[in-house]
Amino acid sequence: MRVWISQHTQALRAALRKLAAQRASNLLNVLAMGIALALPAGGYTLVMNLQSVAQRFSLEPQMSVFLDPLAKPAEREAIERRLKSAPGVAALRFVSREEALKDLRRTEGLAESLAALNQNPLPDAWVVRLGPIPPEALETLAAELGKLPGVGQVQVDSAWARRLAAMMAIGRLGLAVLAALLAAGLVAVTFNTIRLQILTQREEIEVCKLLGATDAYIRRPFYYLGALQGLAGGLTSLAILAGSLVLLNRGVRTLAQSYGSSFELAFLPLGDALAVAAFAGLLGWLGAYLSVSRYLLEIEPR
Amino acid sequence: MISFSGVSKRYPGGQDALRGVTFTIGDGELVFLTGHSGAGKSTLFRLIPAIERPSAGSVLVNGQNVSAIKRTALPYLRRNLGLIFQDQKLLYDRSVIDNVMLPLAFSGYAPREAARRARAALDKVGMLAREKANPVQLSGGEQQRVAIARAVANRPAILLADEPTANLDAESAAAIVALFLDFQQVGVTVLIASHDAALVERLGRRVLRLEQGRLAADSGAPDGATQ
Ligand SMILES: Nc1ncnc2c1ncn2[C@@H]1O[C@H](COP(=O)(O)OP(=O)(O)OP(=O)(O)O)[C@@H](O)[C@H]1O
Ligand SMILES: [Mg+2]
Repeated sequence: MRVWISQHTQALRAALRKLAAQRASNLLNVLAMGIALALPAGGYTLVMNLQSVAQRFSLEPQMSVFLDPLAKPAEREAIERRLKSAPGVAALRFVSREEALKDLRRTEGLAESLAALNQNPLPDAWVVRLGPIPPEALETLAAELGKLPGVGQVQVDSAWARRLAAMMAIGRLGLAVLAALLAAGLVAVTFNTIRLQILTQREEIEVCKLLGATDAYIRRPFYYLGALQGLAGGLTSLAILAGSLVLLNRGVRTLAQSYGSSFELAFLPLGDALAVAAFAGLLGWLGAYLSVSRYLLEIEPR
Repeated sequence: MISFSGVSKRYPGGQDALRGVTFTIGDGELVFLTGHSGAGKSTLFRLIPAIERPSAGSVLVNGQNVSAIKRTALPYLRRNLGLIFQDQKLLYDRSVIDNVMLPLAFSGYAPREAARRARAALDKVGMLAREKANPVQLSGGEQQRVAIARAVANRPAILLADEPTANLDAESAAAIVALFLDFQQVGVTVLIASHDAALVERLGRRVLRLEQGRLAADSGAPDGATQ
């Protein structure tokens, strides 16, 4: 165990030495990775922020339950009972057909056309205001209510919420594709860096093999090198993201103030930020692994 | 113990570097390997740590058939051999002591213990004062001594040296050879490839002479333990 730890610290130190030895090129690499990763990370941050806004808007969806004009009193009572016991209902208001007609008459330009009608065409209705509820649950509830005897029609205003959710799903999918592409790019970058590193260290690797180093011993510093580069790239992307948000928020805050809101774009939650850095480190390791597996075997001492 | 039986080596490209070479070197022996340039000395040398594999025949090192050794077992074979190469193969991006510590790190010594052993080895070859120097700052003879220190730091039972006195003046060469005699004194088996006939002659030790890949002469061990 002690030997194991000591060998790993030695490998880590060797990797750090190599990073320091080629500061300029490593810095450029890390910057390239950082910028590449900042794109999906930034997109993800925007989606997260949008999601919180969307949640705030769809907090109180409405639903109108129109009664069948021929509904029997017993059916009407059953509907009322069902609505009062439904989960997530925040407020319930009965709008009689007379009231509805009065409302409609008040609407400019409609009074005359309504007067032409000799009878009230409007049904009685319940206006249901709901608490926070996912669009799917709302839809289910509406469908269920629609099947009750005495219910004419149920109208839900969740369509826009659905559309927004669908749009965000597309956005998230696009981000996932982008993230996958850039992740592959990062793996390729580390693959190549490590390849060059292996080639420049060819002689050292040969000597180490001649003096009895195991393959694992020779590979280890390269893994650390790849992982460290990836990690540094991940941290750089977070720094780029944080800097961009500070700049963006100046504009967003002014805009939000004009709407009387104190909204601003939030940085990634700490857990997600750490995950970005760790993921980048993992990708760097993967690039190094592939490179080492491909090129280290080729180097045999003569 | 090193034992060759019917060993031939043909490099890709056609040339037969060794042809049917058979000999045995007992534990604690000091043997010279001579021959003209291109006779196959380095080839024979490289077969022992399995840097090359024979085309025919077998090479035994302490009873282990290294001509058929698995790739994964190579590091463990090489750790038990002290190798001194014709071109030294020191690393010029690190100090003398770091070079000598290299094989110790591979064997799993903690840095402190490795440094202690490396200093002892450098002291033995008279290079302790230059432990912080970079090998490029050293003369050819000094570099050769660092290479020897690196080879013996792990205290191997077998020491192999390919032309360790090439490019050295007579005095430095004699000092290096004296070192090998010292190692033999403490029980190490030593094989030295050298084309310095005068030097080899003077010492009166067992000599294996290669000629165009064939073992042309084996003067036999002083105690007569030859085949
Ligand atoms: N890697 C190789 N590929 C092909 N041929 C080789 C290789 N190494 C050596 N040879 C050939 O094998 C023969 C023996 O070479 P070797 O290096 O063993 O000779 P040597 O006795 O060590 O010579 P020197 O005294 O010059 O070092 C030579 O003819 C050489 O050209
Ligand atoms: Mg040679």
